[in-house]
Amino acid sequence: MHTTTADTHHAGAHEAHHDEGGFLKKYVFSSDHKVIGIQYGLTALVFLFFGFCLIMAMRWQIAYPNTPIPLVGGLLNGLFGDLATKGIMSPDLYNMFGAMHGTIMVFLAIVPLAFGAFGNLIVPLQIGAPDMAFPRINMVSYQCYAAGGVVMLVSFLIPGGAAQAGWTSYSPLASTIPGDGQTFWLVGMVLLITSSLLGAVNFIATIIQLRAPGMTWMRMPFFVWAQFVTGFLLLLAFPPLEAAGLMQLADKVLHTSFFLPTGLAVGGNLANISGGGSPLLWQHLFWFLGHPEVYVLILPAMGIVSEIVANNTRKPLWGYKSLVYSSLGIGFISFIVWAHHMYLTGMGTKISTFFQTTTMIISIPSVIILTCLFISLWGGSIRFNTPMLFALAFLPMFGIGGLTGLPLGFNYSDIHLHDTYYVIAHFHYVVAPGTIFGLLAGVYYWYPKVTGRFMSETLGKIHFWLSLICMNLIFMPMFLQGMAGMLRRMSDGGAMYSVAKVGAIGGLSAAIIKLNEFVSHAAWMLALAQLPFIINFFWSISNGRKVTSDNPWDATTLEWQTPTPPPHGNFTKTPEVVRGPYDYSLPGAPKDFVPQNQTT
Amino acid sequence: MSDHSAHDIAKSVKKYWFVFFALIIGTVITVGAYFIELPSVALTVAVALFIATIKGFLVAGYFMHLIDERKMIYGIMASTAFFVVGLMVLTIWAMNDLPPTTMFK
Amino acid sequence: MEIPYVVHPRRDTGLYNAKVGIWLFLASEVMLFGALFSSYILLRVGAEAGEWPTHLLNVPIGTVNTLVLISSSVTVVLGWAALKVGNFAKYRACQTITVLCACAFVGIKSYEYNDKFHHYQVITKDGKVFDGHLVSRDKEAVVLHGHQIDASKGKALGVREASRHGDHGKEIEIKADDIKKIDNYGPAHNTYMSIYFTLTGLHGLHVVAGALVIAYILWPGAGMYKTDPERYINRVEVSGLFWHFVDLVWIFLFPVLYLL
Ligand code: HEM
Ligand SMILES: [Cu+2]
Repeated sequence: MHTTTADTHHAGAHEAHHDEGGFLKKYVFSSDHKVIGIQYGLTALVFLFFGFCLIMAMRWQIAYPNTPIPLVGGLLNGLFGDLATKGIMSPDLYNMFGAMHGTIMVFLAIVPLAFGAFGNLIVPLQIGAPDMAFPRINMVSYQCYAAGGVVMLVSFLIPGGAAQAGWTSYSPLASTIPGDGQTFWLVGMVLLITSSLLGAVNFIATIIQLRAPGMTWMRMPFFVWAQFVTGFLLLLAFPPLEAAGLMQLADKVLHTSFFLPTGLAVGGNLANISGGGSPLLWQHLFWFLGHPEVYVLILPAMGIVSEIVANNTRKPLWGYKSLVYSSLGIGFISFIVWAHHMYLTGMGTKISTFFQTTTMIISIPSVIILTCLFISLWGGSIRFNTPMLFALAFLPMFGIGGLTGLPLGFNYSDIHLHDTYYVIAHFHYVVAPGTIFGLLAGVYYWYPKVTGRFMSETLGKIHFWLSLICMNLIFMPMFLQGMAGMLRRMSDGGAMYSVAKVGAIGGLSAAIIKLNEFVSHAAWMLALAQLPFIINFFWSISNGRKVTSDNPWDATTLEWQTPTPPPHGNFTKTPEVVRGPYDYSLPGAPKDFVPQNQTT
Repeated sequence: MSDHSAHDIAKSVKKYWFVFFALIIGTVITVGAYFIELPSVALTVAVALFIATIKGFLVAGYFMHLIDERKMIYGIMASTAFFVVGLMVLTIWAMNDLPPTTMFK
Repeated sequence: MEIPYVVHPRRDTGLYNAKVGIWLFLASEVMLFGALFSSYILLRVGAEAGEWPTHLLNVPIGTVNTLVLISSSVTVVLGWAALKVGNFAKYRACQTITVLCACAFVGIKSYEYNDKFHHYQVITKDGKVFDGHLVSRDKEAVVLHGHQIDASKGKALGVREASRHGDHGKEIEIKADDIKKIDNYGPAHNTYMSIYFTLTGLHGLHVVAGALVIAYILWPGAGMYKTDPERYINRVEVSGLFWHFVDLVWIFLFPVLYLL
């Protein structure tokens, strides 16, 4: 159904709903939240793929140091010249790819997908709103994101290449590496941060203001709560990084010394700077964002998984209120745990105790959420479709990631584990088989809403099982490597510290180093495992099984109570919400689900 | 706020002028204290920041109408205040609580 | 469906959308400036003894600028109040003053910046330190109008001591060959100047942005007052909130950078 355009022609507020206009207006400069959500989604998926490509090249260098990379070696040589002579990845190129892998995955792939894409697409629908509160700001937010992405991509091709100091960009290293890569990184980050801030303002305002009549706070689907908390994390944690970014930019461009200490030597010579700055200041400001950021990565995925679990167990979520309060708790506490990333910077015992305590406290709400979701499965007659499989796998994978965080949260065990592959394994378990599985579940689940067709179940299941196996084959060995003392960010995969080089005491055994090859092969297999998904994604747009109703999963939440795809303005008439979000298998109801806007 | 009647507005305008003069007086006192050079640095800092805080409250409270704003706004601003204080206090604490033998700051 | 609460407040929250939006935005601004103030404190506490300049900036000028900004804040709120009771002419007069104040503020600030870029410090090879305004500079020599300072307890303290008693110094000529280091009081001079330029620069950008928005609403965007007056008044209120925040930041910046 299309709103007749005649009645939407008064003053400025309503531009959002103009439906006519050419291709550009409709798909590129649209202010409709659904179109923007799709823009975010497609762009982020492309970046996800690109970030993965970077790591696949790096994995060759780790497994087979200083040998030409097959297939793409020539291409790299052509693009980067000296940095990849004869197709061999130089340490500089390794650092560049590593830094950009982290940056792209976190800021250009996962957050835009979890927050930008799913948030935009689903939140207004789930709360019964016609659009976001500020549609034009929403559009600008996407454009800032796209611009930030372009800056990051262009930085690969400038002389000297992209940033090389890791996604954490610690000063003084970051500000003293020659070349403009870091400058581009900072400019790109300022754009991305601006985009996130505009998005966060928009999301929070939308959730506060545009809930449909009857949609009280405690009737909101948990996904909306998750996005609400995520919005606050972005809104309040990003500005300090923006401040830090501006200061590092000044260090780089105006030669100030915010993060550069007195007596700093670069390449053996005293640097020509005033000094007096503090490297730790950067770390504090970075991790003040950094830790909330990890919950920005995980909360939306938890939200998606909760929706899918409720829908496919056909019963209400167990402990909806606990879920809500836990996510609020996570939101609050995540602002005061950041220095657990800095135990090894030489911290006093008092402050270290404080941060250890808060870190342990924050794991409690995470465990509550996980427990609620597990208990929700109990006694359900579970439908094992593809979205549900991904959602189910999310639970133990996130569990592994979260539990392995605890040893990192105590400084005495972190002394051994810090900056090793153990940390890499820890956070990848949370983000890769955790968040990414959650996001993939969301793609399979909401695909019919956007396109009117299902994705193929067969391909979906192949995709799921292969991905699950490969993910574990990749990240499980990293725990071993890390505990054996293998450090992260080494371009030769630790060969320099092998028993052969440094002797048996303190050296990495051959078996541990050999695992590198195993992991790399698993990583490339993971890439192959994504082929069914990519094919499925495009093939199903025009060939997938058509949905027979607007509510193909028999779901209760409002996004399914509108036409498919939803028209401009989303709902044909304002929905009146009369019940909580998960009224499945209500005794006495005619069907096993009662939508939020229906009296039985 | 759309619930302002003309009468309320006239009353508010008086308040605005009052705040305006209070701000000017605050500024004059701060600068005056600077020029007469108070006996201790700590006192100078205390006076300057104390007056600045009062001025801040006046602007936020009356010009920005925080004094009778909605609960929602209070909630947002209170949590922001909590986090900004956390950021300041914890970083400063962390920078001061160093192991006794450390070389670096 | 149309987007609700664009103009009128929602019943349960008592707010219209833009007001929620601007307060959220201001919350993020609080975090932004909060982080910079924290950095200020850390840099200051971490500075070596005698190296953190105090009393370096021109306080009378800063005071004038403070008064300018306070005045602009009151005109914003008076303009809004006038508009509330339907007095468009008075609103326009008030906001015109606001925009003029903004221009004055930026003008004065640029003058101060310019002054700092002409203020130089020279360290000679034999360890003498000179400080003053640049008179001339060529291949052979540099001429400063200022003092030689006693840097034994720190350069910044030396500068303060030298200028303490209203002594404006004299012209000093330093041979180019003797110079080890020469730089102006730009952002790279020391961490104080860095944070000074960053804080005031960012604040200045806010002033410019705020003034542009207010001016836009005041002149090109004024047509809305006829078509949708309530929404127009909301816009004025929201832009005013932003402006007060900019004023509020300055209320803290002024003592912190000029007086302490
Ligand atoms: C649930 C309890 C968790 C605890 C106690 C915890 C604890 C920690 C600690 C202490 C570190 C620092 C390790 C080091 O550098 O030595 C760390 C690193 C990290 N964690 Fe967690 N974490 C938890 C959950 C999560 C979640 C949910 C995510 C993301 C979705 C996450 C993502 C990360 C990332 C990305 C890093 C590495 C950052 C880097 O150094 O590059 N963590 N974690
Ligand atoms: Cu953390």
